[in-house]
Amino acid sequence: MASLDRVKVLVLGDSGVGKSSLVHLLCQNQVLGNPSWTVGCSVDVRVQDYKEGTPEEKTYYIELWDVGGSLGSASSIKSTRAVFYNSVNGIMLVHDLTNKKSSQNLYRWSLEALSKDSSPTRVIVSNGDYDREQFAENSVPLLLIGTKFDQIAETKRTEVLTRTAFLSEDFNAEEINLDCTNPRYLAAGTSNAVKLSRFFDKVSNPQPGYRYRILWHDLRILDHVMSFFVFL
Amino acid sequence: MSFLVDSIIMFTSQVLFFGFGWLFFMRQLFKDYEVRQYIVQVVFSITFAFSCTMFELIIFEILGALSSNSRYFHWKLNLYVILLVLIFVVPFYIGYFVVSNIRLLQRQKLLFACMVWFTFMYFFWKLGDPFPILSPKHGILSIEQLISRVGVIGVTLMALLSGFGAVNCPYTYMSYFLRNVTDSDILALERRLLQTMDMIVSKKKRIAMTRRQMYQRGEDQNKQTGLWGMIKSVTSTQTGSENLSLIQQEVDALEELSRQLFLETVELQATKERIEYSKTFQGKYFNFLGYFFSIYCVWKIFMATINIVFDRVGKTDPVTRGIEITVNYLGIQFDFFYAISSNKSSNVIVLVLAQIMGMYFVSSVLLMRMSMPLEYRSIVTEVLGELQFNFYHRWFDVIFLVSALSSILFLYLAHKQAPEKQMAL
Repeated sequence: MASLDRVKVLVLGDSGVGKSSLVHLLCQNQVLGNPSWTVGCSVDVRVQDYKEGTPEEKTYYIELWDVGGSLGSASSIKSTRAVFYNSVNGIMLVHDLTNKKSSQNLYRWSLEALSKDSSPTRVIVSNGDYDREQFAENSVPLLLIGTKFDQIAETKRTEVLTRTAFLSEDFNAEEINLDCTNPRYLAAGTSNAVKLSRFFDKVSNPQPGYRYRILWHDLRILDHVMSFFVFL
Repeated sequence: MSFLVDSIIMFTSQVLFFGFGWLFFMRQLFKDYEVRQYIVQVVFSITFAFSCTMFELIIFEILGALSSNSRYFHWKLNLYVILLVLIFVVPFYIGYFVVSNIRLLQRQKLLFACMVWFTFMYFFWKLGDPFPILSPKHGILSIEQLISRVGVIGVTLMALLSGFGAVNCPYTYMSYFLRNVTDSDILALERRLLQTMDMIVSKKKRIAMTRRQMYQRGEDQNKQTGLWGMIKSVTSTQTGSENLSLIQQEVDALEELSRQLFLETVELQATKERIEYSKTFQGKYFNFLGYFFSIYCVWKIFMATINIVFDRVGKTDPVTRGIEITVNYLGIQFDFFYAISSNKSSNVIVLVLAQIMGMYFVSSVLLMRMSMPLEYRSIVTEVLGELQFNFYHRWFDVIFLVSALSSILFLYLAHKQAPEKQMAL
């Protein structure tokens, strides 16, 4: 398993879902006191210990790139934003649990980030629409984070959690639901903390298995042709 | 009988407008958000519906459609409703939503919202004092009082927007003002941006590393005892934290730089897209229109000056022209609203938009009266009472002139600054 010198993780999501608060919580272990608009991109660094206590112990500095903006921005803003999407090792998709639209927009966010990725080891053949198979074979680890968990009434919790479960299945990613103003959600030993460190481990030590070029369109056509001949 | 038919016609058209407003709200304004309080949507659609109905009534007036009795009745009805909405309903809800965004005042939301509304009413009433509105014939709560105040605010707004739009429109569409931007310029800026981000990252790594070492050393330090150990711990942590604050300051400066670089890159990209657009057929058409428009706008400004200098009341109507200019500008306005709206304030923004739209429509009806031939003026005058229409025209000219001149100045400065910044890069 190769390890990387620079580990870059994108934090994407609609305006106002709480990306800056989340990044601040993850990196400074403190709650962000005065959240304000993110202009452009703000970066922070999280120190993560890998395999602590073992002889292979290594300390990683994971860069969390919090890219601001909305999906409906002008194309000039979108093309400038694309600069930040190069050579990404992992993506954290953040949505607001109290706002359904922010969850739906995550499909478009991930598409925007993944199709701009110029690294040759990962190929996304996209015709602009969401394609579940792409996400199944996508080699960039994704993590789904739902914020403002405390603002959901007790009665609506199951409904919201089922919805996010579908979402995490679509993205083939783990999900974490928390409140960025309360550090206890990520306290050591909680399942959230375990999922988080698992994600960071995957990001810093990418598996070699996905480094093949897979052209899904070709494979699918081949599949159809084969089945046609079988039918004959 | 005809009254009933007319009322049905009016009512259907109002329902139609209401539907348009609703759809517009859903598709455009609240595209990225979830509507949680439907009252906002309802209020917006109502304001929209009644504003459009007023225009419809003017058109009917000119066309002579519907009987004059029913027209009169509907005018009065419409006017009362829209004044009610603009003065009571919308400001109250604006106050309510602003208050609910502030965490401190959560408890007594209604009380504070009422307080905000009373403050608004006080200033609204005070607004009338310096203007020649109060005529001794009418009492305090007469409709003339309310309309005149709404009219003043609306006319000011319209004049401001027209002035700015008159200057901004040709500036945006004419390619003469477009600076030359090449791909290499953009690439160079992007490279600088990424370099700045990398520097921020490396400095933050240093901070994190130093903090970690300090923390670990702090733990070791706790094991050291004796006087010498205590002195050593104090000095080492001090230099450590001094270093940290220095690096932190550098990081803050670099972050500010990265934000500026990002915004500059966005601007360059936008300019490049505009240049490409101006080469297309549509772009050339708008460019031509832009020249045409700029000549027209210069003429408008000139006429406004003449009107003021020679103390003349404009016979030509500024309203329809103003409307054309501002209709173009409204597109830009909505972008502005998107830019500054967020999940919390989106309700407030939409209500403010509704308020502006309502006041704008009322005052355009006011001004339109002047431009209508004598036979149609009668009903408007009858309904709106004895308002000093001349005053409104003069006021519009003044504000229009001021707004146009200041936007010329502003755009000139902005235009000058940009190439200087480019050269400094």
